Amino acid sequence: MVRVRNAVVALGVIAVFAAFAGGCKKDQPAGANDTGDIVIGEYASLTGTTATFGNSTHRGVQMAIDDANAAGGVNGRKLRLVVEDDQSKPDIARTVVTKLITQDKAVAILGEVASTRSMAAAPVCQQYKVPMISPASTNPAVTDAGDYILRVCFTDDFQAAVVGYFAYEQGYRKAAIFKDIKNDYSVAFAANFAKEFTKRGGTIVGEQVFQEGDTDFKAQLTSLSAAKPDAVLIPGYYSEVGTIARQAREVGLKVPLLGGDGWDSPKLVPGAGGPGGALEGCFFSNHYFSKDLKEEATQQFLAAFKKKYDTDPDALAALGYDAGKLLVDALKRAGSTDSAKLRDAIAATKDFPGVTGKITLDEKRNARKAALILQVKGDRFGVFKSYRPEEIGQ
Amino acid sequence: MLWLLSRALGAAAVLFGLGAMSVWLTHNVETYYYLVLIQCGIAATLAVSLNLINGITGQFSIGHAGFYAVGAYVGAAWTMLWRPIFAKELPWLEIGSLPGDVANLIIALALGSLAAAITGLIVGTPSLRLRGDYLAILTLGFGEVIRVTLLNIDAVGGARGLAGIPTLASTGDLAAFWVFGLLIAVSLLTRNLMQSTRGLTWLAVREDEVASDAMGVDTTRVKVTAFVVGSTFAGASGVLYAHFFTGISQDIFGMDVSIMITTMVVLAGTGSVTGAIIAGFALTAMPEALRFLKDFKEYRMVVFSLALIIMMLTRPQGILGHAEVGFGSFVRLYQRLRLGVRRSAR
Amino acid sequence: MQSFLQQAVFGIQLGSLYALIAIGYTLVYGVLRLINFAHGDVFMVGAFVCYYACTRWLPFRDLSADPAGATTNIALAVVVLIITMAVCALLGVLIERFAYRPLRNGLRIADAHFWGLVAALPVAVRLGPFSHPGVLLAWLVIGVAFGYALRPVVAWIARRSVRATSRLNALITAIGVSFVLEYGGLLVVGADPNFVPTIVPERVYVLPGGVRVGTPQLAILAISLVLMLVLRYIVTYTRRGKAMRAIAHDIEAAKLMGIDTDRVISFTFALGGALAGAGGALVAALTHVKITPLFGLLPGIKAFVAAVLGGPGSIPGAVLGGLLMGLAEAFVAGSKASAFRDAIAFCILIVLLLVRPSGLLGRHVAEKV
Repeated sequence: MVRVRNAVVALGVIAVFAAFAGGCKKDQPAGANDTGDIVIGEYASLTGTTATFGNSTHRGVQMAIDDANAAGGVNGRKLRLVVEDDQSKPDIARTVVTKLITQDKAVAILGEVASTRSMAAAPVCQQYKVPMISPASTNPAVTDAGDYILRVCFTDDFQAAVVGYFAYEQGYRKAAIFKDIKNDYSVAFAANFAKEFTKRGGTIVGEQVFQEGDTDFKAQLTSLSAAKPDAVLIPGYYSEVGTIARQAREVGLKVPLLGGDGWDSPKLVPGAGGPGGALEGCFFSNHYFSKDLKEEATQQFLAAFKKKYDTDPDALAALGYDAGKLLVDALKRAGSTDSAKLRDAIAATKDFPGVTGKITLDEKRNARKAALILQVKGDRFGVFKSYRPEEIGQ
Repeated sequence: MLWLLSRALGAAAVLFGLGAMSVWLTHNVETYYYLVLIQCGIAATLAVSLNLINGITGQFSIGHAGFYAVGAYVGAAWTMLWRPIFAKELPWLEIGSLPGDVANLIIALALGSLAAAITGLIVGTPSLRLRGDYLAILTLGFGEVIRVTLLNIDAVGGARGLAGIPTLASTGDLAAFWVFGLLIAVSLLTRNLMQSTRGLTWLAVREDEVASDAMGVDTTRVKVTAFVVGSTFAGASGVLYAHFFTGISQDIFGMDVSIMITTMVVLAGTGSVTGAIIAGFALTAMPEALRFLKDFKEYRMVVFSLALIIMMLTRPQGILGHAEVGFGSFVRLYQRLRLGVRRSAR
Repeated sequence: MQSFLQQAVFGIQLGSLYALIAIGYTLVYGVLRLINFAHGDVFMVGAFVCYYACTRWLPFRDLSADPAGATTNIALAVVVLIITMAVCALLGVLIERFAYRPLRNGLRIADAHFWGLVAALPVAVRLGPFSHPGVLLAWLVIGVAFGYALRPVVAWIARRSVRATSRLNALITAIGVSFVLEYGGLLVVGADPNFVPTIVPERVYVLPGGVRVGTPQLAILAISLVLMLVLRYIVTYTRRGKAMRAIAHDIEAAKLMGIDTDRVISFTFALGGALAGAGGALVAALTHVKITPLFGLLPGIKAFVAAVLGGPGSIPGAVLGGLLMGLAEAFVAGSKASAFRDAIAFCILIVLLLVRPSGLLGRHVAEKV
């Protein structure tokens, strides 16, 4: 019986500790309190494998919030951005979003770039009925978590279809695919590309995979080049694409390479051997944002970003900025921080003038926006074409 | 007979206490702390189960995340993929009510731990013929092979993993019950084992494999058994993880997780159960507790790794060595402190 | 047949890189019976030194603007290789001196200065970009001050420190060192990937039969071959090399015969570090992969597997193991099952260890009771 007593006492001790650690009140999400600063939560991969994405997005979001505060805040209240680092890991994303909602009482959540992490955190936002706006998660399944999950970017089924449509239009009939099997985005992109491309009448003549972190791709590329494709789709991140392109040229695979928004980075061209290197003339799809676009909003954003951070923004920064702006606008339209009203205001967004194009959210809470096809020219990405969803029959 | 009755009563009291605590925790503790507490519990279970292999039997496995992954995937596969097939015939398998959830979780736990145990047997039987560093690198390798294999099975989502696993463990406010119940189970098993004849043979293998072989201990059998038991509990904690955190993908079960679990065991003092629990809690809660160091987020890991090296230099046997922390040690600490105060007063 | 030969060419190139790193593992394992987990990170540092040398420190010509600069660049590339090897050799020695030696011999108070420098690193990084000379100077000054401040602490630790006997402790220390290099690297250079620009002109030759061989591959093969021959000479014919082999055979007996074991062990780490550095420089400059502070982990582990495959402690074994790994990886990657390329390394290892636990060329040593 001594042991039983010990166990019971132990449980008691644990319970008392937990009580002290946790405080006594069960948490409530912020709801419609009308005083003090409005807290906006952001979770981003500030450290870890995709730290560049997180930091870039965060700059855009921060700028949007700072702009709003400089203009006097929302409904007479200042905005306060609380950002938490998820270390590029989905399980931590879930924990920090719980913290943002229950501890910091955020009225809305902004994030993430990587779809895996958005999908890990979305059920938490849905459970607490706090709207979550993803700036750049393009996997279609992200918004399936519930009606409180929204996004300001298009989805991969659209983006990849654009690339498939474009590839066929360019006269390519035989395409090969080289995808990153560890990366959900890459796998889904490849599948959607193949669907559109074969629907138009093209054929997929070869498929190989790599993993982020590999150093040598020549073996796979050689086997792809044996299939004699007209173009090769590489839906990966810029960090790998440059190396792959160089090694592709080395093994004699000279055809154009195609990609998606993961390519967009100032480091893409240096990775491919500098201007005029292995990626010269290749195409990739991107969000409707480019230095070459003459739209006033784009140019204003470019100048302001450069002034604030002394560097050029990429598409992720622009999307982060748009997500922040859209949220501020919705807060104004809702006239309150009540979560249901706020959600409805965000979902009702129509023709919002973002720097990544006019944003209209559809019934599945995805943004209907145009996509660009960019071409690598020297160290710049020239706008080659743009497609609206209607144009490719979506 | 009286002995049996008292044991049964004791077990019932523990289960009831645990359930009550769990319900109370769910309703009174802020969700964020609750979440961290659950994570700590799972990490501690993993550490204690690895301690069976590394601490008690003296083997050197650094691929524990592989078995954790097998458990998580098989458990999730039951709830998401296989359960709906059986539920057509057997209505009591429907989820949403407490009995259904509990039944499903128990089945998931059984399948997950069984799968992990079988994997452990497959991995352990050949590799435990090797010793020390070789075994370490082999288990690390097997962990990777398991991860890559899971990555290539389309039925469990490939790179995307499985998302939207029904939260069987948290309905009925019983997540903490399951997690801490498992922790207590594996801890008690370890402790009772170390007091039994069978457990002594395990310790003998740790202390001197050749000598215990000479004394007639079937060392291979002991090592494989320890490996399988450790893997089983890792699998069970994987099932709980999957059902409490509702989403799994292969990058949660990478090499870094394996290394972290090994670190917990070494840091605690190999062989100490309470040490492993404390290390599991400390290493999981620490990054969260250090969250306020916003500007220093990059330093967290550097500080952690430096601390690890210094620890190895100053106290290679771990914080506790083979010792355990119990109520007695608090009493002794108190007495020592009082003695110290008296001495200085003099 | 053509594609088979082609994959074999890639495999040999990859394998010679693995072999370079594997030799470092095998040397250290031979003398200390320690898996130097941080070795892959020394390789990573080598890649970074090469990157900074190519982009900041040395006056490389831009080949696209000035094709006549090729000769200058090739001469400078040799300098880069030497610098990288020297820096990594030094790093290897430092790791041994300040992490592994205290495990064997206990901590010395003088070690405070090293840890002072490590502790000052984060402070220095806050001041500005690390490549700036002023920041480097500030780091040294602050580091020395920290070192003096740390002396009493280290003295206290040294009094308490117990010599570790367990290999487990050594391995955990090695993992700790590996983390310090990785996350310290993240602090200093950030997580953004870096790429070495093309510094030497590259050409591809098409052999009869359609097999393509590029100058980078030939260079990697030639340089690793030369380095391995030099190493073989050092280990077989010089006094230091003989001392290394004596220690590998029996460290206690070597001590009794008057060999300064600590110095020889330092020398071993220097050799291993230099080879890993060379590997890092070759990978960074000639295969053009992204370099990040975390990229040494996987090649490091694969090279270790190669070392175990060949039989730890055996240098020809490491080379053989490296080539075998490279070939296996190339053939798997070129086949339908390319997703399993990382797993193949371990599968081979598992099968081999079960059949021949001492590795391909390793000698079986009976355990002493």
